Amino acid sequence: MYEFDWSSIPGALPFLAHGMVVSLQITAVAILVGIVWGTLLAMMRLSSVNALSWFAAGYVNLFRAVPLVMVLLWFFLIVPHLLETLFGFPRGSDMRMGSAIAGFALFEAAYYSEIIRAGIQSVPKGQMAAASALGMGYAQSMRLVVLPQAFRNMVPLLLTQGIILFQDTSLVYVSALADFFGAASKVGDRDGRLVEMLLFAGAVYFVICFTISQLVRYYQTKLKTA
Amino acid sequence: MGYSWNWDVLLQPSATGDGTYLGWMFYGFKMTIGLSLSAWLMALILGALVGVLRTVPNKALSGLAAAYVELFRNIPLLVQLFIWYFVLPELAPAALGDAFKQSNPIVQQFVSALLCLGFFTSARVAEQVRSGINSLPRGQKNAALAIGFTLAQAYRYVMLPMAFRLVVPPLTSEFLNIFKNSAVCSTIGLLELAAEGRQLVDYTAQPYESFIAVTLAYVLINVVVMFAMRRVEAQVRVPGYMGGH
Amino acid sequence: MITMNKVSKHYGAFQVLTDCTTHVAKGEVVVVCGPSGSGKSTLIKCVNGLEPFQSGEVTVNGISVGDPRTDLPKLRAHVGMVFQNFELFPHMTIVDNLTVAQVKVLGRDPAEAQDKGMALLDRVGLKVQALKYPGQLSGGQQQRVAIARALAMDPICMLFDEPTSALDPEMINEVLDVMSELAQEGMTMMCVTHEMGFAKRVASRVIFMDQGRIVEDDSKDAFFANPRSDRAQQFLAKILQH
Repeated sequence: MYEFDWSSIPGALPFLAHGMVVSLQITAVAILVGIVWGTLLAMMRLSSVNALSWFAAGYVNLFRAVPLVMVLLWFFLIVPHLLETLFGFPRGSDMRMGSAIAGFALFEAAYYSEIIRAGIQSVPKGQMAAASALGMGYAQSMRLVVLPQAFRNMVPLLLTQGIILFQDTSLVYVSALADFFGAASKVGDRDGRLVEMLLFAGAVYFVICFTISQLVRYYQTKLKTA
Repeated sequence: MGYSWNWDVLLQPSATGDGTYLGWMFYGFKMTIGLSLSAWLMALILGALVGVLRTVPNKALSGLAAAYVELFRNIPLLVQLFIWYFVLPELAPAALGDAFKQSNPIVQQFVSALLCLGFFTSARVAEQVRSGINSLPRGQKNAALAIGFTLAQAYRYVMLPMAFRLVVPPLTSEFLNIFKNSAVCSTIGLLELAAEGRQLVDYTAQPYESFIAVTLAYVLINVVVMFAMRRVEAQVRVPGYMGGH
Repeated sequence: MITMNKVSKHYGAFQVLTDCTTHVAKGEVVVVCGPSGSGKSTLIKCVNGLEPFQSGEVTVNGISVGDPRTDLPKLRAHVGMVFQNFELFPHMTIVDNLTVAQVKVLGRDPAEAQDKGMALLDRVGLKVQALKYPGQLSGGQQQRVAIARALAMDPICMLFDEPTSALDPEMINEVLDVMSELAQEGMTMMCVTHEMGFAKRVASRVIFMDQGRIVEDDSKDAFFANPRSDRAQQFLAKILQH
């Protein structure tokens, strides 16, 4: 029978906490940029200007066809090299955090844009007509009438996507960044206690994600009854 | 930008002398397809079972199924993979664990990856199956029971055939996900498509060609799966239902 | 044929049925009416056990519905039911809708089931639609198929749960005609419906329900000529105005 030894966890807590901060930073920035860029993409996709809608469709379909791991590898191995040659950044500067965040944000924007597009389309067409009838322009109708309703319906889906994104941040493992999971596996390797550290990491992720998903569900039922 | 493109590199013999670099990529491609398809089969069977259990009028069974779904949904895929690969062989009964650790490393990687992707995806399939069943009008179950079907027969002849038709479109996206998620298995050393891409970068020193080729291979998989699933959707469409005529 | 004795049902603190007692004899046609939320649909679903009840007794042909030892599927196979929303099985052709339970529940030979199904479709005037799917038929046609589906099981009695309330007005009569024909042939029927014209023409008795209780249970002539309770009078006044 395997004998558990959890003794390396207490000493490693500050290091693990720092890793969690990294995970949360990546999550927060990627959600923020993802939603803003995703909203723009969704509006482009729905616009009547063909060039814009084709660009958005191409972007979204490309990012949704490629594994996140591949995108992160692009941003870890290739993009820094590209930036060095294009803009003369000093060779070997540590861009891991920046490129990880950029990779996540650009990737997640594709997923957010699909959620937002569905949200905008779920607002009855008559709303846009009513706004125009009151003399609002396209941008005004969108901002004052359509988007507020769309976002209200989308909040649960956006939050659920946020939970997925938080889980996905563990994949920065491929760029050797010490996020929470990276930190846990480093400690595990160092102390020869990988079994305990992996189970601990799994439990922490579970508690966080389960709690937030229950809150989302609670919010969803409140939204329905309201 | 001072980069010299050289697509021919893919056709050059590889450093290890076992064919071309394109051959390496093809090996990874086959691994990705084989792993994803077998995990998908497992996920469909387990997911259908768990999804049905979530809807049965028995608190213990549906609660157990709900716990299953929550467990696999709320832990990152990478963490689950590492637990299958590094942790479970230690916790398994000694004989089984040792047999696993002494087997061919490729087998170890493949089995862990298969179990990981299969269970992870089954939880998602289960959710889709559950919402498919729940979205059927309540009267359908009553009508099936009223005509003399047992609960099991009502599921088998009335609710499941309809639920599976409703579930095909959302399952398409889960099916696409399993190919993408399989790239995570490169982290335990499984030589699938993404891992081969990384190898190609190291060996050929032509990173752009390598990554573009691998990325295009994923796009290709995506396109093929979408077309295939569209055919399936057309096949199972019920005339007169949900705009299908 | 159908006996209900002091049937009561509640969801938590909410009382849905209180002490409902009635009897439907062989060959009788009983119409159940009352305002919405009065418990009529729940009452009729207690007859074949689709709605469980906490106290009282329901028997069909002498078999107790609430008894946990009763083989409910077997009982239901011989009690036909027609629903408000038709509830045909959308993924099967019309004729398959009529044969599936004959084969899987009664164990009939598929060819025999097919013949029986086609004969019944012919009877409700829908033989040419046999190979279509439910979604391709109008509401009135779907409801006639649903009646034929129930008849294919050779029921000893038929339950109708608001069979015409989901239909457009012009389709109501085609369904009522089929029901009237059935009644004339001597089928035992219990119908929840607001169609008072149908009740006047066809019913032997009328049950009026309000707030989960059976308030009136009388011959049709007595009910329409002189309803005893105020609630029934009000109800009739409202419904007959139109």
